[in-house]
Amino acid sequence: MKAGPLVAGTAFAVLMSGSPAFAYMAYVSNEKDNTVTVVDTDTKEVVKTIKVGQRPRGITISHDGKFVYVCASDDDNIEIIDTVTSEIVGSLPSGPDPELFVLSPDGKTLYVANEDDNLVTVIDIESKKVLAEVPVGVEPEGMGVSHDGKTMVNTSETTNMAHFIDTGTNEITDNVLVDSRPRFAEFKPDDSEVWVSAEIGGTVSVIDNATRQVKHKITFEIPGLRAESIQPVGIRITDDGKKAYVALGPANRVAVVNAETYEVEKYVLVGQRVWQLAFTPDQKTIISTNGISNDITFIDVATDEPVQSVTVGALPWGVVVSPTK
Amino acid sequence: MSAVETTPVKAQPFTVGQYLVCLKGILVREGMRFLNQRERFISSLVRPLLWLFIFAAGFRQVLGVSIIPPYKTYVLYEVYITPGLCGMILLFSGMQSSLSMVYDREMGNMRTLLVSPFPRWFLLMSKLLAGVTVSVAQVYAFLVIAYFWGVKPPPIGYALVLPALFLSGMMLCSLGLLLSSVINKLENFAGIMNFVIFPMYFASPALYPLWRIQESSPLLYKICVANPFTYAVELIRFAFYGQIEWTSLAVVVACTAIFLLGAIIAYDPSRGLMVRKQDTGGNG
Repeated sequence: MKAGPLVAGTAFAVLMSGSPAFAYMAYVSNEKDNTVTVVDTDTKEVVKTIKVGQRPRGITISHDGKFVYVCASDDDNIEIIDTVTSEIVGSLPSGPDPELFVLSPDGKTLYVANEDDNLVTVIDIESKKVLAEVPVGVEPEGMGVSHDGKTMVNTSETTNMAHFIDTGTNEITDNVLVDSRPRFAEFKPDDSEVWVSAEIGGTVSVIDNATRQVKHKITFEIPGLRAESIQPVGIRITDDGKKAYVALGPANRVAVVNAETYEVEKYVLVGQRVWQLAFTPDQKTIISTNGISNDITFIDVATDEPVQSVTVGALPWGVVVSPTK
Repeated sequence: MSAVETTPVKAQPFTVGQYLVCLKGILVREGMRFLNQRERFISSLVRPLLWLFIFAAGFRQVLGVSIIPPYKTYVLYEVYITPGLCGMILLFSGMQSSLSMVYDREMGNMRTLLVSPFPRWFLLMSKLLAGVTVSVAQVYAFLVIAYFWGVKPPPIGYALVLPALFLSGMMLCSLGLLLSSVINKLENFAGIMNFVIFPMYFASPALYPLWRIQESSPLLYKICVANPFTYAVELIRFAFYGQIEWTSLAVVVACTAIFLLGAIIAYDPSRGLMVRKQDTGGNG
């Protein structure tokens, strides 16, 4: 009788230490040292480091959380990591220099921006086949897909355009001119707007998804910082559509924007050259990758206060959080 | 001047109640003095606020970012210097209480205190407690303003920092007491300012982290490490985040004990410096 709780306790302890499945895991791609760092979002400690292909940048995860996909830009493919074994179990034919991609809402298709080839490659994950190649502007980078899965947006850095692509026909339906060097596209949860960040322009263009016109431009001002050092990159919008977070690159800050009034409410200090962002699935925390300071910062979404920074690999670029605990 | 020594009657030991009456008297006097001098209160706040509002604003970008314990993420310069500014308040306040001792002595008010039949150490301790209580109150007033300036340590930090502030205050006030025993004249306080307060303040991690000082000058770093104020600042900084920096705690406790003992000896009518000064006619 006495052994009961003890055995249960030991079993619990073993389970806790043996399996990482009790917390959301953040996967961070480190551009320079060719690794993916796995960070426990509860303990905020690095759990493991996975060796991947050359220059890993874009990173996403399957909806069931079983596989992580990483763009190995200099290896010209997308690697598939098994999240249980942390082994690379395969690759997808991405086309040359994949930088950023987005997974369709049904989890079956990947839309990949091929920076060098001015293409968006559409890949079927199950058959690992290229379904289509869509020619876009010069240096395609940002990728966003609507929540109904019908529209995909690609931004081309040099053409300074957001290309709206019909996912049914894989053809461009609209081109919207935005500010210089657009980096990222993010749909609002109700698909009413697409937010596109312009790195050199220093703005975020809010594009009406119905009219495909820029309806508002968000600008950023941080006292004491030169305008050139404010370079918006990654964008994330909360599920309730009320708040948006914009990574401001060398400004070392993440802007908190009221997604209804477009007012910047706060600038959160994070590490140097903040690049991409990811929410935890419960949306209590947002994580930023800080390239030059080689760390990620956890920001509390309720208070918008930075909580902790954790050192990861060299030049962290992208981040994704597992959908389940 | 020799009135102190002409008390040969052996008195009955005092009760705890009597001690408390004496302590209360000194505390109330110090409190009254502080409250009545509103400009002193304001000036004690203006100094750290100037540093926070102006100095910190100017140096925000200059000092670079690096995470050092107890901080878990990047902090603005304002946040970094706040514990140092708390230390600054305690430092100036400790020295100010030493000034008040000199003033008391010059103006003769000291006699009221020194002819008291209570043991000298108790009188000094009471004076010390009074001084520290007033300086800690000043620190909290400063922290309230700093909160509205965006310096927001964890809420629990405000409670946890109290023992650290008190201990650091004790150390600096007892140093002040010790120094006051060697100053003869009110005018010498300017010397204390230049030779004690500023060097202690600048050669510490109050304004810049020690690793940065080490980077630019290893000698300066050694001076900082030998500076007791360094440990007061670090004790306060860690306490804000619910952590105890054991080295700092040990150094602050040890320094408090040494300074206090020194002050008690220095003020002891039979042995201390006061006697020696009187012998040489120093206490004009």
